[in-house]
Amino acid sequence: MTTRKNQAELIKEISGVNPLKCMKCGKCSASCPSYNEMDIKPHQFVSYVVNEDIESLVKSKSLWKCLSCFACVERCPRDVKPGKLIDAARQIVVRERGGDFLSPNEIPELLDPDTPQQLLVSAFRRYRR
Amino acid sequence: MSIEAKEEFRPKIVAFCCNWCSYAGADLAGSSRLSYPADVKIIRVPCSCRVNPMFILRAFERGADGVIMCGCHPGDCHYTSGNYYARRRMTLLFSMLDFIGVENGRTRVEWVSAAEGARFSATMHEFVDKIRSLGKNVRLEDLRCRN
Amino acid sequence: MQRIGVFVCHCGTNIAATVDVKKVVEMALAEPGVVHAEDYQYMCSEVGQEKIQNAIREKNLGGVVVCSCSPRMHETTFRNAAQKAGLNPYMVEIANIREHCSWIHKNMEEATEKAVILMRAAVAKVNLNTPLKPGESRVTKRALVIGGGIAGIQTALDIAEAGYPVDIVEKTPSIGGRMSQLDKTFPTLDCSSCILTPKMVDASAHPNITLYTYSEVEKVTGFVGDFTVDIRKKARSVDMSKCTGCGVCQEKCPSRKIPNEFNRGLNNRTAIYTPFAQAIPNVPVIDRENCIKFKTGKCGVCSKVCQAGAIDYEQKDEIITEKYGAIVVATGFDMIKLDNYDEYAYSQSKDVITSLELERIMNAAGPTNGHLERLSDGKAPKEIVFIQCVGSRCADNRGKSYCSKICCMYTAKHAMLIRDKYPDVNVTVFYIDVRTPGKNFDEFYRRAVEEYGVNYIKGQVGKVIPQPNGKLLVQGADLLDNKQILKEADMVVLAAAIEPNPDAKKIATMLTASIDTNNFLTEAHAKLRPVESPTAGIFLSGVCQGPKDIPETVSQAGAAAVKAIGLLAKDKLLTNPCTAHSDELLCNGCSQCANVCPYGAITYEDRQVNDHGIREVRRIAVVNDALCQGCGACTVTCPSGAMDLQGFSNRQILAEVDAICL
Repeated sequence: MTTRKNQAELIKEISGVNPLKCMKCGKCSASCPSYNEMDIKPHQFVSYVVNEDIESLVKSKSLWKCLSCFACVERCPRDVKPGKLIDAARQIVVRERGGDFLSPNEIPELLDPDTPQQLLVSAFRRYRR
Repeated sequence: MSIEAKEEFRPKIVAFCCNWCSYAGADLAGSSRLSYPADVKIIRVPCSCRVNPMFILRAFERGADGVIMCGCHPGDCHYTSGNYYARRRMTLLFSMLDFIGVENGRTRVEWVSAAEGARFSATMHEFVDKIRSLGKNVRLEDLRCRN
Repeated sequence: MQRIGVFVCHCGTNIAATVDVKKVVEMALAEPGVVHAEDYQYMCSEVGQEKIQNAIREKNLGGVVVCSCSPRMHETTFRNAAQKAGLNPYMVEIANIREHCSWIHKNMEEATEKAVILMRAAVAKVNLNTPLKPGESRVTKRALVIGGGIAGIQTALDIAEAGYPVDIVEKTPSIGGRMSQLDKTFPTLDCSSCILTPKMVDASAHPNITLYTYSEVEKVTGFVGDFTVDIRKKARSVDMSKCTGCGVCQEKCPSRKIPNEFNRGLNNRTAIYTPFAQAIPNVPVIDRENCIKFKTGKCGVCSKVCQAGAIDYEQKDEIITEKYGAIVVATGFDMIKLDNYDEYAYSQSKDVITSLELERIMNAAGPTNGHLERLSDGKAPKEIVFIQCVGSRCADNRGKSYCSKICCMYTAKHAMLIRDKYPDVNVTVFYIDVRTPGKNFDEFYRRAVEEYGVNYIKGQVGKVIPQPNGKLLVQGADLLDNKQILKEADMVVLAAAIEPNPDAKKIATMLTASIDTNNFLTEAHAKLRPVESPTAGIFLSGVCQGPKDIPETVSQAGAAAVKAIGLLAKDKLLTNPCTAHSDELLCNGCSQCANVCPYGAITYEDRQVNDHGIREVRRIAVVNDALCQGCGACTVTCPSGAMDLQGFSNRQILAEVDAICL
C-alpha cells in the first residue's frame, strides 16, 4: 500500500503539475460545467494534493463527476490545471485495480457499460498526439 | 595511472562574462541562490568583444576542458555592437578549433542578460554536463604547463 | 612584482558559512608577491576599510585584492579606501567569492577550493595592474525627457525649476499622457484633468522647457554628460506659429470616421484633430493617412476655412539635433491586447469593455458625454460586473507574470463612483486578492464595500457568455461560500493588465539601457538605485520601470529629476580610465580598429617614432580618452596586437586564465 506522501508524489508525477503554483484564483471552479455535481470543487483539488490527502480525493464524488472537458486546463492562469490532477487521481485508482498499461488496440474489447466515460475521454485526450 | 586518478572527473571550465549583462546575470544567479557547478570560474571582461581568441586558445593550452563566452543579447550590447563582433569571431574560432580536434561541444557562446540569473545557472549546468560527457580535453594541452 | 595584500571578507556568514576564509588567507600567503593577508567579518565596514588602509601604509602595498562580494557592489568602496591610503585606486582587484561562490555552492570543500582559485586569479591580475588616472569629460547642461505624460511633465518641471533647460519629446500631438484620459483619481476622487491641466500649462509656459510634441527620438549617440540626440519632428501640416486653436478646421473636416485613439476607439474623430480639448499645444495635426487631401489630392477644406492661414500641406518632417547631458525615460504604459482572453467575450460584445474604456465613458468629454450607458444599445445598465486580474499574474504566456498594481484601486474607484452616481445599479467585483497597500488605500476599498455596498466576490470569472437578449452571462465561483455563480450582467468591465509602451524597447535599445523580460526598463539597483538605469546618464521615471499609480509615478519622477540635476550640476565628469591605447611601435596604421570602434574614438596621426634606433614618421592610431568607453573591440581586431585595453590588458586576462587553469 502506498503512503500518503507517495500518492501525492505520484499524482504530481502523472499530471506533471506543480500544485504550489496555484494562487487560488478559482477560475477553474468558475469554468467547471459539473461544479454543482461535485463534492470537492476543482479549486480544492489543488489543496488536497498539497496536503497529501489523496485518499479523500479518490473517495470523492468529484473523481467521476469531472467530465475531463479540460476547461480548467485551458483557462488556468498559473499552469496548475486541476483537470490533470483529478485525472491523475483516477489513474491511481485504475492502476491499483491492476493494469498499468493500455494499448489503444485493446480499448474496443475493454469497452463495457461499466467503464466510466471519463476514463475514455481522458485516455483519448492523452493519446491524441 | 594510479587508482586515485579514477575519481570523479572535475572539468576545468573558463567562463568569460561581459561586465554589463552576463556578469550581472551571474551575480543575480548568486543572489537568487541558483547553484551551478563549482567547476565554472568566471573572468570579467568589459564586453564579449574584448575576448581575444588567444585567451581561449591559452585556456585550452593550459588544460581547460571547456570555454564558454557569455555576452548581452544581440541588440542589447552596452557598447551597441560588441557582441556582434564577438559572435563572428567565435564562429570562426570554434570551427577552427573543431577542425583541430577540440569538439564544438567544448566551446560555446551564450547570451545572458542581467535579468536572467536562472538562465545563467541553467546554461552552466548544461554546459558542465556536456563537458563531463565529453571527458578530459587533451587535444591542445601543453603538457609542459601541467604542474 | 607588486607587494600585494589579500583581504578576505566573511560577509557575516554569507561567505564564511560556505567558504573556509582562514584557509583562503593561508593559501593567499603562499602566493608569489603576497606579503600580507587577513580576514575580517565585514571588509566593507569602516573597520574593515581601515584594516586595508593600515596594511597599505604599514606594509607599503602596491596592490590589493579583496575577496568579497561582486565588484558591481563594492569595487568603488574599496578603491576609494585604497586611494585614501595613498594607493592608486586601480591597483585594487576584487575576487567575487560571494555571488560567484559562497551563495551558489553548498559543499564547503568545493567552495573553498573555488574561492582560492578566484583569489589566485585576482592576485595574478593585480600583479600586472598599472596605476590609472581617470580623464575628464564635459557635461552638457541640458536634459531630455522622453515621454510627456505625468511622469515626464513632473521630471521636466523639477529639472527646469532647478535652472536647467529641458526638452520633452512626446510622440502624440499633445502632452498629458494616460493621466489625461482618466476621469477621477484615487484615493481622493479629484478630477484628473483638474490636477493635470495646470501642470501641463506650467510645463508649456516654463522658460526652461521646450516641448517637441508629435515628435520621436530617432537616434542617440554619445555617453553620460554628452549625448547627441536626433529628434524627428513629424510634419504637423499646421503652422504652430500661426494657428490660433480656434477649432474651425476640425468642425469642417469632411473625413470624420477615424477611430478616436484618445477615447480608445469608442467614437470617431476627424482627420485634422487635437486629441482632446485641453491639449497642449492646442494646435491640431493632420493625420495624413486618413486625410482626403493627402489621399486623393482633392479637398483642402481646412485650408479654406483657416482664417489664420496656418494649414501647410507642404510641411516636411524635421530632424532636430541637440546635445544633452542627461536623458530621462518616461515612456509609460498601455493596456494589453485582449486577444488571448476570448473567454471574456471582449471581441464578441460591445458591452464588455476595459477599465480605461470605462474611464472614457465616465468622463464628461468622453464618447457618451459622461453618461454610463451600454455601448451596444445606449441603455442604462442595471447590473455591472468587474473582473480583476485579466492578464495579470499569469504564469503561462497568455498574459503577464506581474501584478499590474493599479487595478484593485481603480476598480474600487469605478465601483464607488458608479454606486454614488447611479445608486440603483448593482456592482459586483470578482477578485483573486484585493491589494491595497498605500496611504488611505485600504480605507478607500473598505468604503466601497461598507458605504457604497459594492459586492466583492473572491473568485476569478471563468467565462462571459453573450446572451440573445443582449445581456451577458457571467460564470464565476464564490470560493469562500464554495458555490458557483451565474450572473446576468448588462456590462462587464475587465481590469486588463498594463504593459510598457510598445516603443519602450526601441528607446531602450537606442539608449543601450537594459530592459527586463517584460520590457520594463531595468533600474541600476532594485533597492538602492531605483530611478537610474545601469547605463550612466539615463534615468527612469514612471511606469516604464514597473507598474505604478499616480502618486508613486510623481515621486519617482521627482527622484529621477534630482538624479539628473545632480549630474547636470557637475561641470566635469571623471571618465573611465580603462580605455584602449595603441603601442606606437607595433601599430601599422591599418585603420581596422577605427572601423570597429562604435564611438569614433580612434583617429590617426603621423608621428615621429624611434623604433630601436630607426627614426621615422609613421601613421599611428590615437585613441581619444574622452570618447573611448573601453569595450575592447579594437584590441581584438588589431592584427598586429598593438591595441590594448588598460585595466583589462591582454597580459592581465591571460594571467587570470592561467591562474584558473592551473
